[in-house]
Amino acid sequence: MSTVTNKVTIKGTKDGLVFYMDDTCSFDDLVADLREKIEHSHQQILTGPLVRVSIKLGNRYCSAEQQEQLTDIIRQKGNLVIHTIDADVITKEEAFAERLKTSFKIQTHTVRSGQVLEFDGDVLLLGDVNPGGTVKSTGSIYVIGNLRGIAHAGTNGDHEVIIAAASMQPTQLRIAEVISRPGEEWAEVTGATEFAYLQEGKMLVAKMNYLSRVRPDLGEKKR
Amino acid sequence: MGIGIVVTSGKGGVGKTTTSANIGTALALHGQKVCLVDTDIGLRNLDVVMGLENRIIYDLVDVAEGACRLQQALIKDKRFETLSLLPAAQTKDKSAVTPEQIEEIVTQLKREFDYVIIDCPAGIEQGFKNAVAGADQAIVVTTPEKAAVRDADRIIGLLEREKVGMPKLVINRVRSHMMKNGDMLDVEDILDLLAIDLLGVVPDDEFVIKSANQGEPAVMSHESRASLAYRNIARRLLGESVPLMPMEEKAGVLTKFRKFFGLK
Repeated sequence: MSTVTNKVTIKGTKDGLVFYMDDTCSFDDLVADLREKIEHSHQQILTGPLVRVSIKLGNRYCSAEQQEQLTDIIRQKGNLVIHTIDADVITKEEAFAERLKTSFKIQTHTVRSGQVLEFDGDVLLLGDVNPGGTVKSTGSIYVIGNLRGIAHAGTNGDHEVIIAAASMQPTQLRIAEVISRPGEEWAEVTGATEFAYLQEGKMLVAKMNYLSRVRPDLGEKKR
Repeated sequence: MGIGIVVTSGKGGVGKTTTSANIGTALALHGQKVCLVDTDIGLRNLDVVMGLENRIIYDLVDVAEGACRLQQALIKDKRFETLSLLPAAQTKDKSAVTPEQIEEIVTQLKREFDYVIIDCPAGIEQGFKNAVAGADQAIVVTTPEKAAVRDADRIIGLLEREKVGMPKLVINRVRSHMMKNGDMLDVEDILDLLAIDLLGVVPDDEFVIKSANQGEPAVMSHESRASLAYRNIARRLLGESVPLMPMEEKAGVLTKFRKFFGLK
């Protein structure tokens, strides 16, 4: 191992140590260098109080086992705690899942009483949500049909999302953690084409043509 | 091979048993071979409504457990020779049988009968799962009340999951004057919400209660409008296209005369 060049660069930041892994060498070389540094050359620096460690893999894709191998080596030092492992590349499957999350989901479904539909990202529901039925999503919810049940948009706490329905007559609307019933914050149910949004933590419902004023960049967000 | 039709509603007291009894009887009046199956184990009623309570020897649970043959448990209705009843047990509860057992029994019955009408207990638990197991089609009964429609919606959702074809709707106990005044959910409103095919609308009629107490299904009489509604439902099941009957009682000459002069 005399010819081992520097494959692992360790830098100290205020959040702990960052391990930059070379992404052009072979994985075995990388492991060898990491082992060398942890077990031999950098003994002194790497002992002491608990330190958070971030691993930057660069343009190298590591399988779960390979990541495990790296963390196992680092964990030999009791004081090093792995915080994050980052890579600039992902697999096609992961990319596809990511894309699904951010792209529209189109559903043709009548959500009946007692049924709960949950989604990641924005949902376009072509059908009714009946009383007692629930649609939840981390993104916005658009219902082309009668919204008579419960819609909960932005379940992860996103305040920018909206709930829109061709016929808005819900039992309850929720955006992020804000819950609202018709007749409280907003006027009686008219069954018109409307949308609900949050403004300063309060839920408001308005006619659809008002949307461009309230959320002018809604359509652009995903591009 | 006949077809199994489960009659269900979710909510109790909307008229599942009455509907089962009357549709079954009406089909038998059309010469179809019909078997009524009561799956409401522990709370059996269908035998009472049919007036056959005193003839029960064996029941559904006996058949499922193999204590008797299916033929021994079937009660032939003397009034119509093509109508039979498989009663539920009164001493056990819903967990006494499994969906697989019911499916097996219904499959056997379908070989012999044109229609197997399965009366489902209220609720969505074991009893419902049992009743649905052997069914090819479903009839959902509701009344024009919000609570009943809500439960019907829930049941339709569950039926969709059970892959029991698209259920058909019977709206029971309709009071036309209350609908007209907007005090009761409208037939249109209910259909708009539930979005399934309408099989029939049965008016609220005291005669139905009276005949059930006498153990004679209402369809046997020609007097009441409810009987006519049930007969129409049976005809629609047989594939005829029968228009919905007008909800209002036809006004007599005297009433028309009075109305004309504003006497009411």
